[in-house]
Amino acid sequence: MKLSEIEDHLKNFRVGIAGAGGLGSNCAASLARTGIGTLVIADFDRVEQSNLSRQYYFPDQTGMLKTEALKENLVRIRPEINVLTFQGKLDRENIPSVFSGCDVIVEAFDRSDMKEMIVESVQNELPGIPLIVGSGLAGWGRNEILKLRKIDETLYICGDEMTEASDDLPPMAPRVGIVANLQANTVVEILLGISPKTR
Amino acid sequence: MKIILNGREEEFEGETISVSEMLVLKKFSFRMRIVKVNGRLISRDDYGSSVINDGDIVQMFYLMSGG
Repeated sequence: MKLSEIEDHLKNFRVGIAGAGGLGSNCAASLARTGIGTLVIADFDRVEQSNLSRQYYFPDQTGMLKTEALKENLVRIRPEINVLTFQGKLDRENIPSVFSGCDVIVEAFDRSDMKEMIVESVQNELPGIPLIVGSGLAGWGRNEILKLRKIDETLYICGDEMTEASDDLPPMAPRVGIVANLQANTVVEILLGISPKTR
Repeated sequence: MKIILNGREEEFEGETISVSEMLVLKKFSFRMRIVKVNGRLISRDDYGSSVINDGDIVQMFYLMSGG
């Protein structure tokens, strides 16, 4: 498949990104470059100085809403991309409506209780929509244990599934970026295997 | 009874086992996790009452913080 054909196919799809931190911002930037038609970015937070160690933002964006800052950056990467934003905290009640119509959803939260919440919400309320979870990305090195595990057609896990982030083992740009791109790569693989639905 | 746990065959005593019992026997002690039995998501509150039968396919993964 030629790149132009791939881009022509991917522009028909909509991908949800739950969280615009290290995983979400980098995954979104990568997906924007592939030519995905629409991204739905959800986050409640603002860009802080400390985020710049690994997240897809720039120093002059500190203080901005992450949804707005990321939209700005994605449009700079690819002006024709359609970016929809949800400004606020995702929960069991709003996830089905925020991500309805998405062909794939990327889980990009920091906290593990939020990860659990979105897995349950998507699996129960948006059945059939594949969810790509990030689990285990903190620290550095250990390339050989970062991987994708497909649970079934609706659930995929990217990461090492064993490393917990902490003050002494912070998430860092290279490893977070690898996992964010494992997620983006999985999205592309799924979308290249299906036909666009008519909406 | 034999089940397939994360793609590997595992043997347990008895004819059935609850999700809670399986987690204890396999020493899956980390609290943040997702469990699916035959493709069905089992929520935390239902671990005690959800029964795993012979031949069932069980998948478990941990949710590590960081993102």
